[in-house]
Amino acid sequence: MNRSLTINGIRHDITSDPDTPLVYVLRDELKLKGTKLGCGLEQCGACAVMVDGKVILSCVSPVDMFDGKDITTIEGIAATEIGQRVQQAFIDETAAQCGYCTSGLVVAATALLAENPAPDSDATKAALTPHLCRCGSHPRVLNAIKRAIET
Amino acid sequence: MSIDAYPHVSDWLTPNDSHLLIHTGKVDIGQRISTALVRIVQEELALPASQLDVAPVRTGCAPDEGITSGSNSIEQSGSAVAAAAATLRRHLLKAVVDQHGGTLSDWTLEDGYIHRPGTNIRINLISLARDLPPDLPVDPDLARHMPDTPPAPDMRGMADMVTGRFTFLHDIDLPGMWHARRVSPPHARASLQDIDQTVLDRITGDGLHVVRDGSFLAVTGPREWAVVKAATRLGLACTWDTGGGLPEADVFAHLAPENAQRFPVINGTPQKAPVPEPLDAPDLSGRFERPYQMHGALAPSAALAEWTGERLFVKSHSQGIYPLREAIADSLGLAPEQVEISHIPGSGCYGHNAADDAAYEAALLAMAHPNTPILLKWSREDEHAWEPYAPAMAVQVDVKLANGRIAALSAESYGDTHRGRPRPGPNRAGPAKLLANRFRAEAMAPYISPPNMGNHAGMHRNLDPVYDIPKTRLVKNLVQSLPHRTSAMRCLGAVANIFALESMMDEAARTASADPFAFRRAHLSDQRAIAVLDALEKRLSALPPLTDGMGRGIAYAQYKNAMTRVGLAIDLIVTEKAEVELRRVTLVADAGRVIDPDGLVAQLEGGIMQAASWALYEQLAWDRNGITSCDWDSYPVIRFDNVPDFDIMLLNQPDQRSVGAGEASPGPTVAAIANAIFDATGLRLRRIPFTPDAITQAALDL
Repeated sequence: MNRSLTINGIRHDITSDPDTPLVYVLRDELKLKGTKLGCGLEQCGACAVMVDGKVILSCVSPVDMFDGKDITTIEGIAATEIGQRVQQAFIDETAAQCGYCTSGLVVAATALLAENPAPDSDATKAALTPHLCRCGSHPRVLNAIKRAIET
Repeated sequence: MSIDAYPHVSDWLTPNDSHLLIHTGKVDIGQRISTALVRIVQEELALPASQLDVAPVRTGCAPDEGITSGSNSIEQSGSAVAAAAATLRRHLLKAVVDQHGGTLSDWTLEDGYIHRPGTNIRINLISLARDLPPDLPVDPDLARHMPDTPPAPDMRGMADMVTGRFTFLHDIDLPGMWHARRVSPPHARASLQDIDQTVLDRITGDGLHVVRDGSFLAVTGPREWAVVKAATRLGLACTWDTGGGLPEADVFAHLAPENAQRFPVINGTPQKAPVPEPLDAPDLSGRFERPYQMHGALAPSAALAEWTGERLFVKSHSQGIYPLREAIADSLGLAPEQVEISHIPGSGCYGHNAADDAAYEAALLAMAHPNTPILLKWSREDEHAWEPYAPAMAVQVDVKLANGRIAALSAESYGDTHRGRPRPGPNRAGPAKLLANRFRAEAMAPYISPPNMGNHAGMHRNLDPVYDIPKTRLVKNLVQSLPHRTSAMRCLGAVANIFALESMMDEAARTASADPFAFRRAHLSDQRAIAVLDALEKRLSALPPLTDGMGRGIAYAQYKNAMTRVGLAIDLIVTEKAEVELRRVTLVADAGRVIDPDGLVAQLEGGIMQAASWALYEQLAWDRNGITSCDWDSYPVIRFDNVPDFDIMLLNQPDQRSVGAGEASPGPTVAAIANAIFDATGLRLRRIPFTPDAITQAALDL
């Protein structure tokens, strides 16, 4: 059965099996490699995308669940002013070391600021707690989000 | 060292049409070495960053600089590139003087040009460099230029990371490429007996391949998710001989003198000599312990390999592409020249994780599929259960006090080897350290590493206290035949040793009723160490006083007693649920001449966060059926909900050599957290991690 997904505002016909987790469809079929695979268990946040404005970890839920939904990946995050602001703030604060967690964190930060333009430090930390960073860039990521809030 | 093997400017710097290419054997693992190298050349030659690039790190063309480890990249590659750039600068100026007259000092380098002030002569630097002879020898003694206000390049790759365009090894997608997943045995002592043929048939009927070599088993196919599912199905269809299971004995009980090869350590170096008698009637004693912990890379290891029938091409995130090439070539009966390994970034590794194992396994799969690129990705469970861990350690410290000072100190470290990298060595050490060689039909036994007798190497790194103590007795105790494969993780033994020594400094200061700063200073003659502690104390005195329930701990260490000096304080609270909430970190560091201040701060911060994770959360668990720490729930690590505020101060020393800092902050962080918990609760915790259960138990044991 053919189905289609709306990703970053563009409809794509999909041929992957219906049980395929979204992240494999994005990366393997659509060649959108910005969304990272980290655990396949919804424990690390590397695969975060936005679905109808909410952060979703894409490594478990099958693609079938996203029919008719509006999906934004890291490749489309710059479509909004908030997304651009978050990206620039990450660059300005050098909020990464290896960068493997960065896609997921930029998506999560953009979704957070879209919902709440001025989250306090605790709200920011709570929103990012599903995301792991193993290089210890946490303080820079928090500074970047603070910068994005203030610009 | 690097210049001795690669003595020409062109080994390190080569001009092409538009860029000056920097060649290095050190790989970027998130520590920003390539950014630092660009900055070094920028400083020396006044070239814009847009005209500089770093060449791919590939066997056959990159200088062989061994392993990217030990915080050595700046000292090794950095000093080589700096000397090459200084030599190039000198030759460029000479060439300009020969062609256009004047003296060397009449000319300046500026924004990619060589310019004579007061004239309109501007010569393109890269064009001129192309005309120089290729065999100019590097002059290591040439004074470097080093401007007062060096340029500050952005971190390489950062702009691509925020847009998802940065390519990790895991993201490579080649035409005709197949994906692969391994099917892991239940644990390291198991071997494959049988596979249900009907499941095998169904998998191959789906257009996938199963590769088996002894107990090494994997699935390959064109679509990744189909391969993932098939590997799960195949795993369930296997019958394993479990070989009696994993040993469940208490590893800490096994870390004892009767099980050890023992070596006294003098000035940081183990000696083949009798171990001196223990201290008689010490005033203070403590045994400090660290469990097995993992690198826990965010991205499970991966590799891409292709076999053409004559040559093997491998892309790997290994930290040592030349040693890996030898180990793979030897394992496969190939000449090293038949194997080419290119470094492609993976996620941060913090030492020897499964990168090399994955590279070899991808090679095995590629040999089974000639002319097909194979991208092998380990699963999360593979990475957790099969990476080479940081060894469990114990450190026994005994102290004698006299007149408010430490009169004698004994420290004994116990643990397994930190040397698991597949370096060439006797008895085919390289192949024996590649995981799959334990499982192939022609299996190799696990490699038993000889004791590391190097200065501040392995387990005894930072065992020697950096303080002035009249009598010390230091012993390395290598305990082998423990349950798990171990290798190098960030700081090696320095974490457990500094945790032990700095916890004991804290205890000794309290016993002597001394201020922790004054007590440490009384045992230091190194003026730069004292300056670090003075600056830290001043920084803390400007903070508001600690509120009720908060604790503060300090620690000081100099990595390998020779590299970056770090003094730091941790402020925290211990909640009613016995959870440790980190509130503030104040750190002062002296890393000599600072090259990339922001990169240096990032390394220090990252070290603090990783060490806080070790101190509070991480410990490997297993039972006879296998490793039970198999994901981020069963092996928790620090998350954003426990990030303290940071205040980091660098004491720049423009006239001193630059030293590595990537491993300078973790040891003091663990110790300062322990000392702060004592300050907050009166509980002296001596085994990491300091979990709520451990804190509660310590309170019950009082």
